[in-house]
Amino acid sequence: MSTAETALGAPAWNDPNRVGHHGYGHRPGGEPTGHGEGGPASKRVIVGFGFWIYLLSDIIMFSAFFAAYAVLANATAGGPTGRQLFNLTNVGVETGCLLASSFAGGMASIAAAVRNQLWTQISLLVTGVLGAAFLYLELHEFALLVAQGAGPTRSAFLTAFFSLVGLHGTHISVGLLWLGTMMAQIWAKGFQGYIMRRLLCFTLFWHALDIIWVALFTIVYLMGAG
Amino acid sequence: MLGKLSWDAIPFDQPIPMLTSVVVAVVILGVLFWVWRRGYTPYLWSEWITSVDHKRIGVMYCVLALVMLIRGFADAIMMRAQQALAFHSEGYLPPEHYNQIFSAHGTIMIFFVAMPFVIGLMNFVVPLQLGVRDVAFPTLNSVSFWLTATGVLLVNISLVVGEFSRTGWLAYPPLSELKYSPGVGVDYYLWSLEIAGVGTLTGGINLATTILKMRAPGMSYLRMPVFCWTSLAANLMIVAVFPVLTATLGMLLLDRYLGFHFFTNEAGGNVMMYVNLIWIWGHPEVYILILPAFGVFSEVVSTFSHKPLFGYRSMVAATMAICILSLLVWLHHFFTMGAGGDVNAVFGIASMIISVPTGVKLFNWLFTMYGGRVRFEVPMLWSIGFMITFTIGGMTGVLFAIPPADFLIHNSLFLIAHFHNVIIGGVLFGVFAGYTYWFPKAFGFTLDERLGKAAFWCWFFGFYLAFMPLYAVGLLGMTRRMQHYDVAAWRPWLLLAMVGAVLIMCGIGFQVAQLVVSIRTRDQRIDVMGDPWDGRSLEWATPSPPPAFNFAVLPNVEGEEAYWGIKQRAIETQQMVAEPDYHAIEMPRNSPTGFVTAFFATVTGFSLIWHIWWLVVLGLVGAFATFVVFAWRDVHEYEISAAEVAKVDRARRQARLAVLPTLKAPT
Amino acid sequence: MQQPGGHAKRVVPSQFLVLICLLLGGICLILGGCADGVLDPKGPVGAAERLLFLDAFWIMMMIVVPVILATLGVAWWFRASNTKARYLPDWAYSGRVEFVVWAIPVLMIMFLGGITWISSHDLDPARPLPGETKPLEVQVVSLDWKWLFIYPEQGVASVNQLIVPANVPVHFSLTSASVMNAFFIPQLGTMIYTMNGMETQLNLKADEPGVFHGLSTNISGDGFSGMAFEVRAVPVSEFDGWIASVRRSSGPVLDSQGYGRLAQQSENVQPFTYSTVQPQLFNAVVTQVLPPGPGPDVEKLNATVSPRTRR
Repeated sequence: MSTAETALGAPAWNDPNRVGHHGYGHRPGGEPTGHGEGGPASKRVIVGFGFWIYLLSDIIMFSAFFAAYAVLANATAGGPTGRQLFNLTNVGVETGCLLASSFAGGMASIAAAVRNQLWTQISLLVTGVLGAAFLYLELHEFALLVAQGAGPTRSAFLTAFFSLVGLHGTHISVGLLWLGTMMAQIWAKGFQGYIMRRLLCFTLFWHALDIIWVALFTIVYLMGAG
Repeated sequence: MLGKLSWDAIPFDQPIPMLTSVVVAVVILGVLFWVWRRGYTPYLWSEWITSVDHKRIGVMYCVLALVMLIRGFADAIMMRAQQALAFHSEGYLPPEHYNQIFSAHGTIMIFFVAMPFVIGLMNFVVPLQLGVRDVAFPTLNSVSFWLTATGVLLVNISLVVGEFSRTGWLAYPPLSELKYSPGVGVDYYLWSLEIAGVGTLTGGINLATTILKMRAPGMSYLRMPVFCWTSLAANLMIVAVFPVLTATLGMLLLDRYLGFHFFTNEAGGNVMMYVNLIWIWGHPEVYILILPAFGVFSEVVSTFSHKPLFGYRSMVAATMAICILSLLVWLHHFFTMGAGGDVNAVFGIASMIISVPTGVKLFNWLFTMYGGRVRFEVPMLWSIGFMITFTIGGMTGVLFAIPPADFLIHNSLFLIAHFHNVIIGGVLFGVFAGYTYWFPKAFGFTLDERLGKAAFWCWFFGFYLAFMPLYAVGLLGMTRRMQHYDVAAWRPWLLLAMVGAVLIMCGIGFQVAQLVVSIRTRDQRIDVMGDPWDGRSLEWATPSPPPAFNFAVLPNVEGEEAYWGIKQRAIETQQMVAEPDYHAIEMPRNSPTGFVTAFFATVTGFSLIWHIWWLVVLGLVGAFATFVVFAWRDVHEYEISAAEVAKVDRARRQARLAVLPTLKAPT
Repeated sequence: MQQPGGHAKRVVPSQFLVLICLLLGGICLILGGCADGVLDPKGPVGAAERLLFLDAFWIMMMIVVPVILATLGVAWWFRASNTKARYLPDWAYSGRVEFVVWAIPVLMIMFLGGITWISSHDLDPARPLPGETKPLEVQVVSLDWKWLFIYPEQGVASVNQLIVPANVPVHFSLTSASVMNAFFIPQLGTMIYTMNGMETQLNLKADEPGVFHGLSTNISGDGFSGMAFEVRAVPVSEFDGWIASVRRSSGPVLDSQGYGRLAQQSENVQPFTYSTVQPQLFNAVVTQVLPPGPGPDVEKLNATVSPRTRR
C-alpha cells in the first residue's frame, strides 16, 4: 500500500489524482487543499447563490422568447410592422418608471441594512408604485394595439411581441405580489435573518427584470421602431 | 360550469382504459384502506408526505419512477402486441387509441420514469457523498417532488377522463395545434409537462447550489466522487435547458388557448422553430439522464473492482465536455429537414465529437477493472451489461450523426432500437445498478441477490431480443409509430420483438418479487455496519439507514475517496478516530407546503385542461395562500439534542468497532 | 463489508459470451437478409448512402468488438476468485494509457468527420444528380392522409401512386397541405420532410425498372399508417404511355375545388389519377393561396374532447 512504485512501474507521485496513494485520508503534508473548503457556506451565501441560479434560468427562458421574436419579427402576415406601431415616448416613460423603481428597491435594501422600518417601507412602497405605473403603461399600450386590430392573433410577429413583453409584464406582476407580501412581512416580523435573505432575493429579482427590460427595450422597441 | 367536462369525456365504449382504470382504482383504494386500517396514516403524513429530508424525498422519487415504469411498460407491451398483430389488419387498437399509447409511453418513460429515478438517486446520494446534512433548500425539494407527482397524476387521469396526446412524445406542431388536435390530449401533455418541468427546474437549482456551495470541510472539487460530478453536470444542464422546455411548451399553449401564431400554418407561424427549440431542450435532456447513470457506473465499477476509479481527472473532464457539447448538437434530430450540406455536416461532426469523451469513459471503466478483484454482484452485472450494450448503442448513434446515413434510418425502427439501446442499456441499467447498490443504505437491508440476478438476465437478454429485431426491421424501411402495415418482410422481426418484450416483463416480475422477498426476509439481510459493499465514498460512513442528520459531525475530508482513507486507517491501527464532542444539530422542520402546492397545481392544471376557469382562479389563489402561509412560519428548524446525536453516533461506532478486527487491508 | 472471493460464478461471463455469439450471428443475418430495405438500394443515391452506412458501421465495429471482448476478458480475468490475476489496488492513473484512450476515439472521429463533411455535401438532397439527362419534375404534396404527386410538365397528377421512368433522374419539390410528414422510398434513399408553407427539394433516380414501397415517416395523425404508396419505375416508353393514358382517361380534374375536396381528411386511399391539373397549383399550396387542410371536423360529437376519425 505504501510503496511508491505501482505495479506497472509508473512512480506513484506522477499521479495527479493521488487516488489511493494517500488512502489513509491525509497527504504527507496533512492539511486540506485549501480552495476555501471550510465546509458548507453560510445561509445567506447559499440563498443568494441559489437565487442567482434561478435568475440565470429565468434569463434563459426569456432568451427563448427573444429567439422566437427574432425569428418571427418579419412574419407580419400582411399586418402592421413594429415601425408602424411602436410609440417610443410611451415606452421611454415606462422604462424610466422601471429604472426608478429598481433604484427605490436599492434604497430599500440600504434602509433595511440599517434596520430602519419607516424608510424601508417607504422605499418599498415607491418601488411598488413605480412598478405598478410601469405595468399600467404597458397594459395601456397593449389595449391601444388591440383596439387598432394589432392584437397578438393578428400575425406571428405580434404573437412574439405580445408574448415577450407580456412575459416580462407577468414577471413584474408576480414581483408586485411578492413585494406586497414582503412589506407585510417586514412590518409584522421585523428584520430577522430570513426576512433579510428574502429581501435580498427580491431586489435581485427586481434588478434582473430591469436588465431584461433594457435588452427588450433595445431589441424590440429601439431596433423595431428605427 | 364545468367547461368542456361532461360524461361524454369518459370512454365508456372502450374496454381497455375502463378496465385498467377500474383495476388501478381498486389497487389504490386497497392500499389506502390498508394504510388506514393499519394506522399508518399519521406515520405516512409526518414521516414521508411532509418530509423535507433529502433521503426520504429521494426514495419517494424512486418509488414514483418504479410505479410509472410498470405503467410505461404496459404501454410498451400493448404496442408490441399491436404491431405483432396488425399485418394486413387493424390489430386490436384503433389509431386514435394506438397513437395515445405510444405518446404516453414516450412521455411517461422519459419524464416520469427515467427523470424521477435519476433525480431520486441524486437526491438521496449527493448530500451523503458530499458529507453534508441536507440539500440547499429542503422545503423547495419537497415542492419539486410533489410537482413531479402532479404531472404524473394528470397524465394518468387522462387515461379515463378525456384522452392523452396522440402526437408523439414531442408533440410537433402543426399536428399538435388546436386545428389538427382539437381534443384535450395535447393539453394534458402540455400542462403535465409544464408543471412537472417547473418541479424539475427547481430541483436542478437546488442540487446545483448544494454541490457548488455545500460540501464537507476539505471536500474540494477534485475530491468529489464522480457521481457528484456527473450530478453537477446534469443539474447545470437542467438549469440551462428546462427553461427552454417551459418556454416552448408555453408558446404552444398560447397558440392553443389564445389563438397565437407561434407554430401555426397560418399568419406566419414557424413550425421549424418549435422543432429547433424542443430539441435544444431535448438533446441535453438525454445527457441529463445518462450522466448520472455514468456516475453510478463509476461508483459501482470502482467499488466492485476493489480499486479506485481509473483516470479520475479524465472522467471529470469527459463529464464536463459532454455537458458543454450536448448543448451544441440539437440539429442532428432533423437532418432530413433539408438544411443543406454545411449545416448538416457541422452538426453531424459536433455530434460525433461527443463520442470521444463517452468512449474515454468506457475505457476508464475498463481500466478500473484491470488489476482489480472483480465481484460479480448484481450492481456490477448491470454495469458490465451496460458497458457491452452501450458500446453498441453508441456505435449506432454515430451512424445517425452522418447526415446521409441518417437520411436512410431517421425516424425508422432503427432509431427506436438505437435510443432504447442507450436509454435502457445506459440509463435504466444505471438506475437499476444504483437502486441495488444504495438500497441497503436507504433501508438498512440488502436486496435478494438470486432474484436480482434473474431480473438482470431477463432484462439483458430481453433487451437484445426486443430491440435487435427492431434494428433489422428499421433497415427494411419500417418507420416508427405504425398502427398497421402491409409489408410481409417486417412481420417476423416484430414477432421476435414481442417475445423480447415478454422476457423484459419477466425481468420486471423478478424485480417485484425481489422487493417483496427482500422485505419479508429483511431480518436475515440486515446491514448492521452500514457498509455492505466495502464502499469508498462518504455515504458508507453513515449507518444504514442514515439518521436524519446524516453525520453527527461533518467529516473532515483530507483526500480523495474520503471514506476509503478513513477505513484503511482504522484497519491499520485497529481503532477508530477519537470520539468527537457532540453538539445539538438543527434540522429543517417538516412542512406540508410541497404537498399542498401540488394539490393546488393539480386543481389548476386539471381545470385549465377542461377550461373550468373559476377553478383555475381558485387553484392559483390557493397556491398563493400556501406560499404566504409558508412564508409566515416563525420556526423553521427543530433541534436534535446532543444526547440524541451522541446516542445514534455511538451505536454507529459500536457496530463498526465490532467488525473492525475481521477487516483486512486489500492485498 | 465482504472480502473479495467466492462470489464469481463461472456461468456469468459465459452468458455474456452467448450473447456475443448471438449478436454476431444476428448482424450477419440482418445485413445479409435485408432484401427490399435500405440495404438493397435500386438507385445511385440509396447505393451511395448504403455504402457510407456500411463503411462507417464496419470502421466502428473494428473498435466496438475489441472493446466488448476486452470488457468481458478483463472482467473475467480479474474476477475476485482468480488468484493468478495480479491485484493492483492503487493503479488509478497512467499517462500513457490515458493518452491512448483519448487518442483512439479522437482518431476515429477525425476520420469519420472527414467522411461526414464530404458526404453531407455530395448527398445533399437538393443537389442535382450528375448526368446529362434532364430530370423529370415531380411535385409532392402530403395531405391528410395521402400523397399527391403532380407532374407539372405533363399536366397530370396521381394520388398514392408514383410512376417514374427508370434511369431518369427525378427532381421532387415537396410541401405539405397540413401537418408535417416525411417522404421516403427506402430503396431509392434519402427521406425528407414536407411542411406547409415551405418547399423542400429532393433528387432521386431508379436505376432499373421495379416496384418499390414508399411511405410517410413522420407521424401525421390517425391516418398516418395508411400513407403508404407504390412506386413503379418503368421504361421511358411505358412512362410516356402511362401519361398519355392518364390524360385520355375520364379521371377527375385537379383544380382549386378538387384540391379542396382532396384536402379533407381520409384514410387508406386507393390510388387514382387526375387527368388534368390546374397550372401553378403546387405553388398555390406552398404560398398558402390555397389554405391549409381543414383538419378534423370539430362539429362532430365530442370532437373538442377526443375527436374520432372513424365511426
